[in-house]
Amino acid sequence: MSMDMTQYLDVFLEESKEHLSNLNQQLLTLEKNPGNQAALNEIFRAIHTLKGMSSTMGYEDLADLTHHMEDVLSDLKEDILQADSQVVDLLFQCLDRVQMTIEQIERTGTAGFNNQDLIKALGNVKADIFTTQDQGEVIAGADTIQIASQSLHTISQSFSFDLNEYDLTVLQEAASRGYQIIYLRIAVDPASLMKSVRAFMVFKVLEEDCEVLKSNPPVPDLEDGKFDDTFDIIIVTKQPANIIIDRLEHISEIRVDTYETVDISQLAVQQSTNTASQTTQETKEPSDIKGNQKIKQTVRVDIDRLDSLMNLVGELVMHKGRLEEIGSSRRIVELNETIEQIDRISSDLQSVVMKVRMVPIEQVFNRFPRMVRDLAKELNKEIDFQIEGKETELDRTVIDEIGDPLIHLLRNAVDHGIESPAVRAQMGKPRIGTIVLRARHEGNNVLIEVEDDGSGIDFERVKQKAVDKGLVSSKEAEEMPNEKALELLFSPGFSTSDNVTDISGRGVGLDVAKNKIEALNGEIHVDSKLGQGTKFKIKLPLTLAIIQALMVSVRDEIYAIPLSSVDETTMLSPEDIKLIQGQEVMVLRGTVLPLYRLDSLLEVPGEKQSDEMYVVVVSKGDKQIGLVVDGLIGQQEIVIKSLGKFLAGIPGIAGAIVAGDGNVRLILDIATLF
Amino acid sequence: MQDIRNLPAEDSYHEDQELQVVAFRLGNEEYAVDILYVQEIIRLLNITRVPRSGPHIEGVINLRGNIIPIVNLHSKFNLQAAEDEEDKRIIVFKWDEMQVGVIVDEVSEVIRIKRQDIEAASKVYGALEADHIKGIAKIENRLLILLNLAKIFEAGW
Repeated sequence: MSMDMTQYLDVFLEESKEHLSNLNQQLLTLEKNPGNQAALNEIFRAIHTLKGMSSTMGYEDLADLTHHMEDVLSDLKEDILQADSQVVDLLFQCLDRVQMTIEQIERTGTAGFNNQDLIKALGNVKADIFTTQDQGEVIAGADTIQIASQSLHTISQSFSFDLNEYDLTVLQEAASRGYQIIYLRIAVDPASLMKSVRAFMVFKVLEEDCEVLKSNPPVPDLEDGKFDDTFDIIIVTKQPANIIIDRLEHISEIRVDTYETVDISQLAVQQSTNTASQTTQETKEPSDIKGNQKIKQTVRVDIDRLDSLMNLVGELVMHKGRLEEIGSSRRIVELNETIEQIDRISSDLQSVVMKVRMVPIEQVFNRFPRMVRDLAKELNKEIDFQIEGKETELDRTVIDEIGDPLIHLLRNAVDHGIESPAVRAQMGKPRIGTIVLRARHEGNNVLIEVEDDGSGIDFERVKQKAVDKGLVSSKEAEEMPNEKALELLFSPGFSTSDNVTDISGRGVGLDVAKNKIEALNGEIHVDSKLGQGTKFKIKLPLTLAIIQALMVSVRDEIYAIPLSSVDETTMLSPEDIKLIQGQEVMVLRGTVLPLYRLDSLLEVPGEKQSDEMYVVVVSKGDKQIGLVVDGLIGQQEIVIKSLGKFLAGIPGIAGAIVAGDGNVRLILDIATLF
Repeated sequence: MQDIRNLPAEDSYHEDQELQVVAFRLGNEEYAVDILYVQEIIRLLNITRVPRSGPHIEGVINLRGNIIPIVNLHSKFNLQAAEDEEDKRIIVFKWDEMQVGVIVDEVSEVIRIKRQDIEAASKVYGALEADHIKGIAKIENRLLILLNLAKIFEAGW
């Protein structure tokens, strides 16, 4: 790859991934509904763009593969070929290879896959049609001749130029002076690395004694290489067509595909029909395919820049705090008015920056339909996979983390949840199982549900399994209520599937998913009815970057406790503290609450100055614990910062914040504090 | 990996036979670090203690909105810190996308050291300590201990 291309590598990778995700989606649509022209067009367009991009970037193997895919797709478009499962499977395989190649490029900067197997398979698919077509041709020989002559006749319609009044006058003028008007379709060798240069050379050659009136695509696009393997031009010249064509074909990698000399008297008529058909086409297209894309104008921004923007806004808010302190001590009216303004602007700014970081959960959801389809195929199950609320927005930080747990849940649903069609039919259920993935906002949280109408969870089997694995005793299991049994599913090393498959059943999964979700300050619950289905509910905070926190003091140190884990706070006097086997406890409204002193947990230096004590009641899992602190400072919205690689993984510390006075305060992680 | 990270420094040895270092004082000893690793030198800021971190972690500071860990080389190397706070500085090192601050008693200067003036550490130290020391530089009657930051940070705290 040439040096100047490297700067486009990021864009190339990013866009290819987008196209791939889109392709997977559209191909799924096509698989469900083989006649769906919109999906087919979209696939064709995306593959075509991929081809162009990879050839520009010099990834020839990728360009080659996509080129052959395009061939098959164009047969599909022209209805020569049916989008049956064989073809769709092959296309999926090709997409996988494209994805592998792109991932390889991302890692190593070079592609280098041998795609001959797939190219051959694509060729076979095409060859199949030709053999069947040949037979057809023998029978309908007369017809084909007619078709051939017709296609000759309509060549000019394949040259669809958008001629305006001015162009027409110029053409008429040229014709009246004895110039010839020639339509040319120039083909550039698909393997050409410098399509734009070839196009330029065509113009250079024509410059001598012709005038290029119009080109399709327009000249700037040609200069940028933004065209397929062919482009159309109209020239006016006094030279005979064959001389010009001869000259053009001397340019390497250039071929004149078709040409046509135009009779100007016909032009007006033809033009009017042409524009008529074209306008209908044009009005159709935007509403059809491009409509959704055009409404939103977007800019691609490096996430690091957003993070630093967020940092700067954090700084601004911090200094605003200082200003407020100064303002309140000086009591200058003008200053305070200005500070109020700044306060308003900075909080607006903060919310805008937060919104910028929000992305639709679609980004994660989009890869699931393909995954579910593949799994279902592999396991011979029929599954209707539905996604609801994919436009629900979440902070990037959460989006990046939520994919893996959802994969686990979906795999579980396909593998353990949905029964095989035969079993379903026996049970009087529809053969096709349904899995619904749902997302929606609820207050400051996002709810994600994975629901299937499969076999549900057999509580007795879960209990039995737990006993077998030694997680609970058989007596415990017997007395265990069903809800408790469901929680067993999340314990490490638990899996109820009798046969271990590739997909799931290795006993890693639910506990991993649960850990991940809890690390995101989220919760996961499961609900199930035997024989009717299972529903997993995940509750996640909208963002991990800004949270509400309770600031507490211990000696001279100040810590932040995420408000999501605080249940309540209360005063504590020394006589309230009781001892049970050396463990300090207090009685809070009739329940015994174990107490932990934050100063000893964190080995805070210094002597306690006052007798004042407060208890922050926090919940860890389903247990409540009282955290003893010296003082409560108040509730605050804080911007979480990471402690960095160097200090990562300290138990009990979730991160840091920069306080209003510029000092760093640490955020406590209740889950790992004890 | 280690060798690759050291390459720029090694190159500067070969190319101009010289190494540019930031020299600083820890207790009564003089140390030096390749200037390529030094991001900036700042005055002492409020350091927030980080409980449950390693014994040589002093805490964290806020450097223009970034949280930067501060390590205590005095305790790591078993040196007595100077009483005088006036000359103390924090040198912020940047290494492998990681920023780490070190409190030093005084930053003396930026000097060029000739390669032939650097003696291998193994001659002076035992094998264990020699790991995080690149060598000893003799400049007139001073001895500068050249630190191998990569090794020190890799070792953890």
